[in-house]
Formats: sequence, structure tokens, C-alpha cells
Amino acid sequence: MSKWTISKSDVSGFLDELHKSYQVFAPLRREDILVLERVSDQDSVVLDFYNTKQAPKEVFFPRSEVLFSYRDGEVIPASLSDERRVVFGIRPCDARSSVLLDQVFDAADFQDPYYVNRRQNTLLIGLACNKPLSTCFCTTVGGGPFSTDGLDLLWTDLGDRYLVETITERGEVLTASSSLLRQATEEDTTAKAEIATAAEQMVSGPSTEGVKEKLDGMYEDPFWDEVHLKCLGCGVCTYLCPTCHCFDIVDEGRDGRGQRVRNWDTCQFSLFTHHTSGHNPRPTGKERMRQRMMHKFNYFVANFDDIACVGCGRCVRECPVNLDIRAVIESITQIGAG
Amino acid sequence: MSDLEQTLRETARRLLTEEQVDLVIGFGQGTLPLRTTPRFIRDPDQVDQLVWNLSCENNLSTYLKHTQGKVGIVAKGCDARSIVGEIVERQIPRENVVVIGVPCQGVIDRQAIEAELGEREVLEAQIAHGQVVLRGADFEEALAVREVLCDDCIVCHHKNPPLYDVLVGELAEDGGDVGEYPTVQKLESWSHDERWAYFSSEFSRCIRCYACREACPCCYCPECFVDQSQPSWIDRGDDLSDIIAFHLVRIYHVAGRCLDCGACARACPMHIDLRTLGRKLEKDVREMYEYESGMSLEATPPLSTFRQDDPQEFIK
Repeated sequence: MSKWTISKSDVSGFLDELHKSYQVFAPLRREDILVLERVSDQDSVVLDFYNTKQAPKEVFFPRSEVLFSYRDGEVIPASLSDERRVVFGIRPCDARSSVLLDQVFDAADFQDPYYVNRRQNTLLIGLACNKPLSTCFCTTVGGGPFSTDGLDLLWTDLGDRYLVETITERGEVLTASSSLLRQATEEDTTAKAEIATAAEQMVSGPSTEGVKEKLDGMYEDPFWDEVHLKCLGCGVCTYLCPTCHCFDIVDEGRDGRGQRVRNWDTCQFSLFTHHTSGHNPRPTGKERMRQRMMHKFNYFVANFDDIACVGCGRCVRECPVNLDIRAVIESITQIGAG
Repeated sequence: MSDLEQTLRETARRLLTEEQVDLVIGFGQGTLPLRTTPRFIRDPDQVDQLVWNLSCENNLSTYLKHTQGKVGIVAKGCDARSIVGEIVERQIPRENVVVIGVPCQGVIDRQAIEAELGEREVLEAQIAHGQVVLRGADFEEALAVREVLCDDCIVCHHKNPPLYDVLVGELAEDGGDVGEYPTVQKLESWSHDERWAYFSSEFSRCIRCYACREACPCCYCPECFVDQSQPSWIDRGDDLSDIIAFHLVRIYHVAGRCLDCGACARACPMHIDLRTLGRKLEKDVREMYEYESGMSLEATPPLSTFRQDDPQEFIK
């Protein structure tokens, strides 16, 4: 695949080029929060940042979406948009989350048309993490600050310019159509390699080795009695998580018309898996916290041979009670050790 | 370790050893700078995990709705007021809670520090001599503590717990009468359109994670109205009118009970202004009913009573 550079002063021009053919999603500042949203003419894209507050899963799997509507007994399917999109400035951890989510929504035996349609129409342009946060732990869950999983292009900040590496055929096509890219030199790739090595060394976190097997035997462990106690039961961790993907389906109908809507759900809510009968197989925070950990580090691994965590650290930074998933993993590892 | 921390630990140890309580809920060291984390301690040998500093930001009384048995709980001024509210509203029996009151100096507003530092990560923070010293990979910055306290802590009038079984530390001097409601005064000066525009913009960031509700000691309904499906009061999607309906109903439901501890705003990952409306209602209740919530176990909450001779001047 090819390597290019682009001067920082040409980035806005590159975005203008993209705008001609794509809807661009990129990091934008709203009040004091960095969001990943659709870029309009008035917006200035932020490229000097750690990571966006919310994960980009929303681009493919919106918080709320109408699956179909109905009126007077007639079903009206939701029209799948053929809008072509680019997510610009996505971090490698978040791009990896798309690869994980593909296994759920675009599996061999089942394809979710809404998700698949958006995924197929969207290119991911990644921005490597030269300066990972202290809360990042991507390298311990199979990723890295320069991981290319899920990306079409990887950009690396080299000071006055970016190195642009194509990862996929689609990325190749994108770079070929731009007039602002220059062939990268060996000096550029050497500079990137040095930055990447330094960045990878900055990332640390708990080892996840053997955690899946450990959890195999921990379903009834007293560990769960204590670990959840401080959890408030809100949805911050799961809603900001790039890989959490549970949803709830509701019918919103009145007077012979309505719609079926898919909304994000979270295992941390008391309503999660609450049966119509009144029975709830996960009646307390204990079962709900166990579900979150098991789903990420055991069930998902059993199903897809991958941990459903990309180590972005959002839940670590944003939990209102500092319930740090890294510490939970560490505690699990230490149970029965020594 | 401060003397206060030492006393706090000894108190917890004594309560557990003498079996006055089954559990102590306090603050432990967190995993991030300027962060503590709620700690649940049953073993007297673990009391050394307890800390006390300006980062003890959570209102621990929200846990009381889920705990069993006798609980010792570390409480700042506002936390203790929340506990009073929970007792008055018969959510917890008085005899089941031992309030370990700690006079408060305010808590640090991490969101304000984040906004101040922009894209610079704090790796280490120290609080000493009225300053918060923040260190990152390539910077060191000292900010005055008073400039990074939560705004309502600055004008707080109830730093001392109105209810305590054990007091740890010296009673603090409460603030004066001036400037108690700066944000509310701003709100009151706005036109209806300006208010609507402001709150629509704030609530448009809501992701419906309900961290505000879960962090709130007043939000203890066994089933929140947003979770009810028969009837369904609001839709679950991301329509702004539903989101606003949630926030407005919540804030009205805690009117006369909310004491502006700020737990909701600190829990909000989207930095939504959840305090101004609550504080406006708190002010209204204070002015209309001469009532401040959480100050006395004997006072009856004004919105829970009805008097035949109520003047009802609001009915036109």
C-alpha cells in the first residue's frame, strides 16, 4: 500500500475535497466537549486532541433509530440511506471497535441491514495516537496506538505534516483522487516508526491474559458480591463505550400508526432484561456488573475470539464513581493467585 | 495523612469493632488524579483505606437506598442534609444510619480544571496551601483552590452537617449572605425565549445515561417514570422533547427536596448544566415556604403537606 504526506496547511483543503463526495464526520468542539459529529461549513475540525467524548459507534449504530413504521395496518420500511460517509480523525482504538462490532452486526449467519449499509458506505480515516492518555490501555487488549485495524487510511502527525498511509483498496482510491498529497520519503516513514515505538511504550494496563479462562469458573464467585457495590447503575460506561452494543426495541404507536424503534440499552440499568412477567434474571447490581465484565472478557471471546474492549479508557475517565475497569481486570487476575 | 483522616479512620474502626455498624461507606483513594472513589468497608482492618480531601466529591448518601443493616456513612454538609431528607421521607430508618459528619471545605470541580487545561492531561495533582498543583508530561500549573471549587461550594451556607452522630474535624464557618444564587439571578434575568434556548442547548447533549438520576439521593422511586411502559410517559429515543421532559419532570420531582449537592452535575459525562434549574427551585421553595430541605428531622417538607388554610395565592 502507498504512503503519502500532506502539509498541515492543506488539511482543510483535503476536507473540502472530501466534502464534495462524502458526508464528513470529525472531532468538533461543542461547548467544552469534544464530539464526533457531522461537519458543516461553519465547523472547524479539531485535530489536536486525545479522543472524543463519545465513541464513533453512533455513526453506524445510532442511539435511536427507526426500523420501520406502520400506518393503518400497512408496514412502511425505513429507507436505507446511500449517503457516503467519511469518519475523519478516528482513533485506532475506536476503529478497532468497528471490526469487533462487525462480528455482531455483520456475521455470516446474520446481517443487520441498517448497520451494514452504513458500514459499507463509510470510510475510516484514522489519526494515530502520538500521545496516548494515561487511561489508555489499548495494547493490553489486542490493539495499539498505531493499529490499523478497521482503517482505510492512517494519518500520523509528523509536526508540520501528516504521513498518510493507505491500508485498504478504498483508501488507495481516496488518496489517488487528492491533489494535495505528496509521495512520502523514507525520512517520513522513519520518523513515524520512532513516534509509534515511543507511543506504544507509553501505554500500559492490566494483562488480560488468561482472564477469559479465569472468568469461565467465576460465575458464582463471591467477587461479584463486592465489586459492584459502588456502581451507581447508570449508563455512562456502556453508552460511551465503543464496543458495547446492547439495544432495546420498542414500539411507539398511537391511533393506528407508529414506529418500531431500536434504542441503545445497557446491562447496567435495572430495566435491562427485565421480563414482562416481572421476573428479572439480573435483579441487582451484582448480576449486572457481572454481565458487563463477562460479556466483554468472556462471552465475546468465546463467540468471536476477541475481547470486547479496545482499551480507549472512556469508562475509566468518565465513571462518576471511579469504578475503574482496569482495576476490576487486575482483581480478577489476582483471585486465587499467590 | 492528615489528622482528620486519622480521626476518620479511628472512628470507622471503632464503629465496626464495637459492632455499632455492619458497614462503613467512605472515600478511598481513586485511580486518577484528583479522584477519590466510594469505599465500602466491613473489616476494621481495612479502615486505613479511608481518605479525606477536597476530591471527596460523591454524595455517598445515594447508596443508602440500596444498603441493608446498620451503616456508618461519611457525610459532608450537603450529604448529611441528603441523609436527613431520606430519613424524613422514610426511605431509611434513623436508627440504621450512623452519620460520620465531616465539615466541608468544598469539593474540586474536575470539569472546570479540564476546561482550564484543555488538551493537557494531568498525571499528578497535589493539594496544599490553598493551591492545586497539577503536573503533566510537560507542564506544571498551580491553580488557587477557590478558583477550582464547584461554583456552588463557593457560596455554600451549610458546610457543616446538620445531623451527625460523630463529628470528625472542627465545625467550619459558613458563608455569608451575599451572592448565594448567582446562576439563578442570571437565569431570572433572561426572557422565556432565552431560557428555552439555553436549556434546549444544554439538554440536547444528553445521552440518557441517567447518571444524574442514579447519583441523586432524592431519586429513589422504585420505578422511575421514564422506565414505565404502561403507560409510557415519554418515548425512549433521542427526541429532544422527550429528553427535556425527563429533565424537567425530574427536577420538579425533587423540588423542595433537592438541596443542590451537585452530585447530578458532577456525574454527567456531557457536562450539562443540571444545577441551575434545581437551584432556582430550591430558592423558590425557600422564599415561598421558608423551608430549606435537609436541615431538620422534625420539619415537614412543604410539598408533602396540605393545610386547609393554605392561602393558595397562585390560583388565579
